[in-house]
Amino acid sequence: MSVTIAEELKVQPTDPRLIPIAERVLAGERLSREDGITLFESNDLLAIGALADLVNRSKNGDRVFFVANQHINPTNICILRATCVFCSFARRPKEEGAYTMTLEEVFAEADQIRETPVREFHIVGGLHPKLRLQYYEDMIRGLKERHPGVEIKALTAVEIAHLARIEQTSVEDVLKRLRAAGLDSLPGGGAEVFSAGVRSTIAARKLAAEEWLDVHRTAHRLGIPSNCTMLYGHVETYADRVDHLLMLRELQDETGGFLTYIPLAYHPDNNELGERLGRQGTATTGFDDLKNLAIGRLFLDNIPHIKTHWVMNTPKVSQIALHFGVDDLEGTVVRERIYHDAGAKTPQGLTFAEIVRLIKDAGKRPVERDALYREVREW
Amino acid sequence: MVNGRPGEPAARGVRRPALPILSTVAPRRREPTPEGSAGLRTRTPRPAYEPAPVASRPYADQIAEWLEVLESTPLLELGARADAVRRKLHPDGIVSYIVDRNINYTNLCVTDCRFCAFYRRPKDEEAYVLSYEEIGRKIDEAKELGAVQILIQGGHNPYLPLDWYLGLLQYIKEHHPIHVHGFSASEIDLIARVSKRPFHEVIRELHEAGLDSMPGAGAEILVDAVRDFIAPKKIDASYWLEIHEAAHEVGLLTTATMMYGVGESWADRLEHLVKLRASQQRSLARGKGRYTAFIAWSFQPLHTEMQDWGIPLGTGMDYLRVTALSRLVLDNFENLQVSYVTQGPKMAQIALRFGANDFGSLMIEENVVSAAGTDFIMPEAEMRRLIEDAGFKPARRYQDYTLVREGDNGCPCCQRQGGAALATAGGVGRNA
Repeated sequence: MSVTIAEELKVQPTDPRLIPIAERVLAGERLSREDGITLFESNDLLAIGALADLVNRSKNGDRVFFVANQHINPTNICILRATCVFCSFARRPKEEGAYTMTLEEVFAEADQIRETPVREFHIVGGLHPKLRLQYYEDMIRGLKERHPGVEIKALTAVEIAHLARIEQTSVEDVLKRLRAAGLDSLPGGGAEVFSAGVRSTIAARKLAAEEWLDVHRTAHRLGIPSNCTMLYGHVETYADRVDHLLMLRELQDETGGFLTYIPLAYHPDNNELGERLGRQGTATTGFDDLKNLAIGRLFLDNIPHIKTHWVMNTPKVSQIALHFGVDDLEGTVVRERIYHDAGAKTPQGLTFAEIVRLIKDAGKRPVERDALYREVREW
Repeated sequence: MVNGRPGEPAARGVRRPALPILSTVAPRRREPTPEGSAGLRTRTPRPAYEPAPVASRPYADQIAEWLEVLESTPLLELGARADAVRRKLHPDGIVSYIVDRNINYTNLCVTDCRFCAFYRRPKDEEAYVLSYEEIGRKIDEAKELGAVQILIQGGHNPYLPLDWYLGLLQYIKEHHPIHVHGFSASEIDLIARVSKRPFHEVIRELHEAGLDSMPGAGAEILVDAVRDFIAPKKIDASYWLEIHEAAHEVGLLTTATMMYGVGESWADRLEHLVKLRASQQRSLARGKGRYTAFIAWSFQPLHTEMQDWGIPLGTGMDYLRVTALSRLVLDNFENLQVSYVTQGPKMAQIALRFGANDFGSLMIEENVVSAAGTDFIMPEAEMRRLIEDAGFKPARRYQDYTLVREGDNGCPCCQRQGGAALATAGGVGRNA
């Protein structure tokens, strides 16, 4: 390693394979597929974190974003109930625990007392065979009327494509109608892992990689920004992970429409896959969580933000992640259902004050944002 | 037969002191209910606490120096420094753990620590004392599962005289031989007071009766101003250190702990660490026993008197900084344990890159932290997965940190002390 690089790096790699990667990162060069795999293989957690921290500081300084948001899951009825074996949330229509909220129930949940005004509704749910586009348009319009100024991040690519299918129309048409109703951005869910082999194992019959990317491409073209994700920690290989990141990076080069990348930890409880793999009670490790976040930051050089989802990573690990390349701590959430059905032991929501305290305690500057990462206020 | 009731004949030559009538039922796991039940604490208001200025503290220079390191070193650099120390002390890349069982022989306690959810006052219907036989059964079950020691601790029960402890140790060594890691400093103090005997004689007698090592519990924060605030009736900091050094004097190995996140300052935490370092220096100079390991954990508030004090709880940052700093300050401590029970498996694993080299104990039973609503008991396979996933080699160990090897005939440190030949369980060495 050259002298200048050694000086620049306060945390020296103990894994020699990271040295050329560190040099490329410091030179601002793009990482290759091989680099990505090496990073996932390495146990040199601190060096990987320090590199990601360096990149994050150059993009976001000391700022850590969070949003006063509320998750709303209108239905857990899903036509992929039998084939998305990693999911603990979905139900068949007549299955115990199946629910579909009426619009009044959605509005009532959104109206619940909150300590600070919510800036973002995050709305995702199952692929309900009978809920039409109209239901979602009315929901978004109703929420906008009742909560002017609140941004709506709703429906994953999988749900958008599903609505296009049952309405026998195009993805573009669905997106346009939702936008007319008030949709501001798309969440990044449903990407899982793009590899066809992995998809056929954990999510057969779900939207294929190209289709997922195409929904986002279309949204970006229409000026609707979105997030992207990867569900890790099940049957995928490191190469699968890196190929997934490569596809996201490529689309981002093309459109520039992704705001945030969020690695999502697979939770093995209460789902068929966890049982099949004998993985119940074994969440992803802290190392893997931090590596996925840090490597996301290093690899996706064209995506502005990396988010840690404290619901799955725990508030403790999420706070630490702010030193591993992460600049977004998600938000207040209020009532998380999907991961808690999968055995998450974290709280269902965090208070505003607690989020601010965690960020300040990590030595960072808390910045409340809206769904589009515009600054609401600094704390 | 119910053990320990007045008037009953002593069995098998073990001395049986007369005891007041106490429940001898095993502890019940209390379901955490917000309303609480009979034994739960009255919630008191939070007393004022103003940490002393650094200059007025013992070891002020060292504290100031470490505070400067803390202020000026970003988290990952602090971690890298601690990791380098860990690598130097443990270049083999082994992360060890011990299979043991916590046996809490009594929950009756008169010390009323405000941070504790486990104790019951003498008249509480949930107060209990375990009989010798019950403890023996628990040991047998633990050995069956591969345990190489028991950790035996309890409340400060004034109805149990020294003879009860001596009888228990003799009973264990005779009928259920295993390494006994037991009786924290504050229990030693209570036994000494109840029996009106000097504490160092109590330690010597316990050791002779079969006590093999002493846990580091009850240290909390070794700063009297903090102790007055959270545990006013508990022994003071210097007495805690004195008892450990007395234990070292008779050749016992002990551990040391810290419970942070009770409203103390960083200067308090550092004073705790530098006091331990000095204490270890004195013991190493005497060349007999010593501290083998340091373990830090954060206060768990549920069901304690302090639950509503609004104390900002220990964060992930706190845990990693405490871990890394303790690795740096305690350069004369060989081992640093993680606390997966309080921090969760993810944080515990991450701490292996912030100076820690031991995953602590694979507890077959744990009652104290779980009484405060935290419950991270993990299977051995999961502990090994976490260690391997972090790039280390998992290995079972004994209390003296020698590794368990196939064909071992029990804990080497007990054998060195000429203890009874220990028939260890079939499970030992199976996976190690």
